[in-house]
Amino acid sequence: MAVVFKRPHALLDVPNTYCPGCTHGIIHRLVAECIDELGIEGRTVGVAPVGCAVMAYNFFGCDMIQAPHGRAPAIATGVKRSKPDDIVFAYQGDGDLAAIGTAETVHAATRGENITVIFVNNAIYGMTGGQMAPTSLPGQVTQTTPYGRDVSIAGYPIKVCEMLSTLEGTEYAERVTVDCVKNVNKAKKAIKKAFQNQLDGKGFNIVEVVSSCPTNWGLAPNDALEWLRNNMLAYYPLGVYKDKSAEKGAEK
Amino acid sequence: MAEKILMKGNEALAEAAIQAGCLRFFGYPITPQTELAAYMAKRMPKIGGTYLQAESEISAINMVQGAAAAGVRAMTSSSSPGISLKTEGISYMCGADLPALIINVQRGGPGLGGIQPSQSDYWQATKAPGHGDLHILVFAPSSVQEMADLVGHAFDTADKYRMPAMILADGMLGQMMEPVELKSGDNAAKQDKPWAACGHENKREHNIVNSLYLQANELEAKIKERFERYKIIEDNETMCDEYMMEDAEYVVVAYGASSRIARAAVREARRNGIKAGLIRPITLWPFPKKDIAAAAKNAKAFLCVEMSMGQMVDDVRLAIECSRPVSFFGHTGGIIPDPAEVLAEIEKLSGGAK
Repeated sequence: MAVVFKRPHALLDVPNTYCPGCTHGIIHRLVAECIDELGIEGRTVGVAPVGCAVMAYNFFGCDMIQAPHGRAPAIATGVKRSKPDDIVFAYQGDGDLAAIGTAETVHAATRGENITVIFVNNAIYGMTGGQMAPTSLPGQVTQTTPYGRDVSIAGYPIKVCEMLSTLEGTEYAERVTVDCVKNVNKAKKAIKKAFQNQLDGKGFNIVEVVSSCPTNWGLAPNDALEWLRNNMLAYYPLGVYKDKSAEKGAEK
Repeated sequence: MAEKILMKGNEALAEAAIQAGCLRFFGYPITPQTELAAYMAKRMPKIGGTYLQAESEISAINMVQGAAAAGVRAMTSSSSPGISLKTEGISYMCGADLPALIINVQRGGPGLGGIQPSQSDYWQATKAPGHGDLHILVFAPSSVQEMADLVGHAFDTADKYRMPAMILADGMLGQMMEPVELKSGDNAAKQDKPWAACGHENKREHNIVNSLYLQANELEAKIKERFERYKIIEDNETMCDEYMMEDAEYVVVAYGASSRIARAAVREARRNGIKAGLIRPITLWPFPKKDIAAAAKNAKAFLCVEMSMGQMVDDVRLAIECSRPVSFFGHTGGIIPDPAEVLAEIEKLSGGAK
């Protein structure tokens, strides 16, 4: 019998630690599929964050490093500068990338560090139990914004792709989501491009995946995706924010 | 024999690291280690190495951590306030068993403190260079030559025991010039690092470099294994230098820059008929407890001289189990003690010049 669907080789056959309905599983699979299709598992080094994906080092089949909170882009830089032929990716959540690791993210991007960053934005700190994230929406109720995020007190959410697209070193910044099959396919295309760009030595690549957190949003998985579509995507529009090579091509 | 050249301490540290096969340097500007980074920025591009100026001390230490995790010899250098920022990365590297070299060209603290030489980071370096149950190797050179010599040794020892090493220098050693003979001793390539996360080339299981152990019993076992290693290091890697200790009754203990001043005072005390001697720890962790304890047999009193309010003095008291009086003399905040002041302290202990 022909096999039409199987586990990617780069995704290990072990139980993961994500909650039911969490989109991390889909995103892990997409990353692993891209690693398989590009044939790069043997020379890929992944960097796991602090947060829900902290144990990503157990799930991916490539070599893995667990970084201090927010420092994944700096760790990835150290690896890439030491082993330029390695393919290096950082897998980070919103608290990790856009709060405690903002400096590392911005400067890795502006240096044009030739790495790939997978940024999972679910607008909440999942691992610690649902506190306000740098990307929590105005009015969003979390454990630490029990009356809703009041922007006069807690400020505004950070739009990471928009911010990083202003930097010269950013080669590619795209925001995707994984709420339906069509978008999952689009997300995969973006992730693959973010890896291919690194193979081509183009610079800093980030794919922001707008994601759901049913557990800490207090919603059933399907309702969480519905909330994502109705609220998250309004604040975080999907699309390509920067594609330097394509822009250069268009100018010609 | 290699020729002797006149070099600043900071530059000698940098060139010695290159000679030891360290081709990855990540740093952030801070006084008084400036010449070290500047030297690296000049040399690294010429020899296929990396000098990268990070956006912060935190980023720099994590870049070192990434390089170390990939199995590559890497280093960073800073001074006191910058080292405080690096303690996060140092702790993670201890937790992940990663070797690397961190240089602290100490200046006065706390806070922004000052930019003059100081030895007030002894506690930080030897007791708590990061959170958690941990130690790092701490080397304390007292001359430009020794700065150069200890760099390669620090890298090799860090690799051997899979842990970070620190060279605890100070602004005086970093800034002063002395003739130095640089020895080429590149052992980087000899280090087998089968644990490194650098791509498995489809030839082995994936490597994981990690400091997270959520099961308490696993974490305890891991730490206990590390402390077994620390015991071996204490037995085998302790270094110290002795001066006029054969019959010393008044034992001065000092390291780094202050040991140079203490040495001059001991020599002067001997001229005055006082049986003084100097023990100079070269490793601050592991601390030369046994050598200091052995000195207590003949000693009537100990004097610890530091450019701080007295930090190592506690370890001297512990080493001799308080069996002799241990007094302290020092200056802090960037003031360098004068040999005459130290001599006066020795004379006070011995009941005056003979």
